[in-house]
Amino acid sequence: MASNEKFNFAQSVAEALADSQLRANFRFATDTLIQRRGTVFASPEETNFLRDVGSSMKKDVLANLPDLLERFEAKCIKNGIVVHWAETAKDANEIILSILNEKSAKKVVKGKSMASEEIHLNAYLEEHDKEVVETDFGEFIIQLCNEPPSHIIVPAVHKNRKQIAEVLAEHVEGMEYTEDVDIMLENVRNTLREHFKTADAGISGVNFGIVETGSLCLVENEGNGRMCTTVPPLHIALMGIEKLIENVEDIPAIYRLLCGSATGQRITTYFNMISGPRKKDERDGPKEVHLVLLDNGRSRIMNDPQLGDVLKCIRCGTCLNHCPVFTRIGGHAYGSTYPGPIGEILVPQLEGLNPKGAIATASSLCDACSEACPVRIPIPEIIRRMRDESYGHGDPNSVAGYGYKKNCVESMVWRGWKWSQTSPFMNKVMLKGLALFGKWIPVVGPLKSWMSVRSKPTFGKNSLKDLVKKEGVRHE
Amino acid sequence: MSSSAESRERILSRLYNAQQYGRDAYVPQKKVWTIRNRPKEKNITEFMERMGAVRTEVYRTKGTEWVAELQKLVEERGQKTLLHAPSTPTGKVLAEKWKKKSPCKLVTWKDSIEEFKDDLFACDGAVTGCIGGIAESAAVILWPTEEEPRLMSIVPPLHVVVVEADKIYTSFQDAIKKLKWNTSMPTNALLISGPSKTADIELILQFGVHGPTDLVVFITE
Ligand code: SF4
Repeated sequence: MASNEKFNFAQSVAEALADSQLRANFRFATDTLIQRRGTVFASPEETNFLRDVGSSMKKDVLANLPDLLERFEAKCIKNGIVVHWAETAKDANEIILSILNEKSAKKVVKGKSMASEEIHLNAYLEEHDKEVVETDFGEFIIQLCNEPPSHIIVPAVHKNRKQIAEVLAEHVEGMEYTEDVDIMLENVRNTLREHFKTADAGISGVNFGIVETGSLCLVENEGNGRMCTTVPPLHIALMGIEKLIENVEDIPAIYRLLCGSATGQRITTYFNMISGPRKKDERDGPKEVHLVLLDNGRSRIMNDPQLGDVLKCIRCGTCLNHCPVFTRIGGHAYGSTYPGPIGEILVPQLEGLNPKGAIATASSLCDACSEACPVRIPIPEIIRRMRDESYGHGDPNSVAGYGYKKNCVESMVWRGWKWSQTSPFMNKVMLKGLALFGKWIPVVGPLKSWMSVRSKPTFGKNSLKDLVKKEGVRHE
Repeated sequence: MSSSAESRERILSRLYNAQQYGRDAYVPQKKVWTIRNRPKEKNITEFMERMGAVRTEVYRTKGTEWVAELQKLVEERGQKTLLHAPSTPTGKVLAEKWKKKSPCKLVTWKDSIEEFKDDLFACDGAVTGCIGGIAESAAVILWPTEEEPRLMSIVPPLHVVVVEADKIYTSFQDAIKKLKWNTSMPTNALLISGPSKTADIELILQFGVHGPTDLVVFITE
């Protein structure tokens, strides 16, 4: 599902809703993940305090971002890491390709990285004759069937055991259909070990970059990230410029917030801090480490006081799990690298409102996401901002596609509504009008689709206001 | 690369010009998460309990007793080879106490990974020391060295770690402070909290997907 093929959100939603297996898989997954998160964050007071810590830490980082980036870069260089800056997705892809070419690397093993999904790195490298192997178990499965991830933490969560078994039987050499998870894992393990051994380069994302020490932190359970960043002679890390953490001592809190929110663990199996290539006398680790700092629209987002909050995100994915819409339509329907609430506020900013602004409509603004977000991003407020921007109410310079949904009829209707709510006389006229003529409102346009699943409202003779005036309010 | 340098200039200048978070913008006071240190025994109990909960086998032993216990354990499981580093304190004890007749042979890492790769991937297990443990989050801390390279703790299916009881810290925060992590960061620093695992199939926890299937920890005093 390439991001920019004709994107029709309503249609993808309809398709997703019609797939009952998909809905069952997602419902089960999100319920389980919410429940697991609850086991780590059992005490509301402690959790809220920790979220304050996370939020203030990331705010602080954003407040000093350019200085921190310069310090971080200097530290990395001192550690022997080669630092590259990529302004766009295209730049990042080209930089990575040229590093690979320089080392005549053909085969690349990859750890899970949302940034690499964002720039469509795999497709780009494959076009240029590189062999790219995803090594995270879930990513491996969906790479086999050529699908994008449907969740930022558990990428193959839209598939159940049977569906995974089918994919493996079809694509992994010498494997037969089995629902025995142990056998599946064993086979995948062996296949991937061979790839680790023979790969020319490893590509990974970065969860946190520590400014103080110039370290790249990777958080994972499987160990494939450690393999990718240690076995091959070349390691390339791709990191969004907002992923910095100032000091080592900040790590425990943000790491706990990430693990707890993402998978309901107190700690992941591995926390891997990389601070440079193999030193003299060391016997393993890559001989070269390259870091690609990715902007791709982030520095522009920083320019807006409200929108900048998006950059606090640590990609934990818990807002997806808590979202009643995501739970029902799943990740693919959003047609974007980042689905769910975080996608709704980030993707339109990265890719423009037209057509991606549409995904910001997939929210009931119930606030469940922002109540769970470990860094307290006010997601629903920013969703409303996206909607405002789509209709041309906001800042014409902040998001591409500003006002693309603006239309005269709608503007007029809202203007009328505003009038009827601000002028007492017009308010009376409207209420009387609806009471008398409401039943003749023609069933067309939005009302028609609204009524396809609801019955038409009937208007009472007396408005609520009149009734209150007459009868008062009974406090029972 | 010149284009990278140009990008750098443009990105940084946009960031420096950004209105929101300019230096004079209001930023709330940073809050800090602290955990009070506890006595040693409490740390050890919590460490054992929490590590055990994610399928790590934890044993508490005196002096060099762990070697005999380990030997029993690997022989029962039919291990054939065990990678160790004889130049480290842990490896030295292991080599001295290991019964020569054991069906499980001790092997050492030779040369660099390029030469040793095939042997490494064929190893059944590895024994390493570590520089400490953390009770609150239940993990061992490894700073791999020339003697004990990074891959020893990830490639072989069994990983055995020996941790000194005195070096089990209450919290990650405390470990960072005591180890002066901010000034002495090694090439690679690791927290390891259990065997490698995945939950990518129906969110069911499965062990040993890429790294070790089994993690055994000996606490020694
Ligand atoms: S917006 Fe918040 S909850 Fe959602 S992924 Fe980012 S950090 Fe997690």
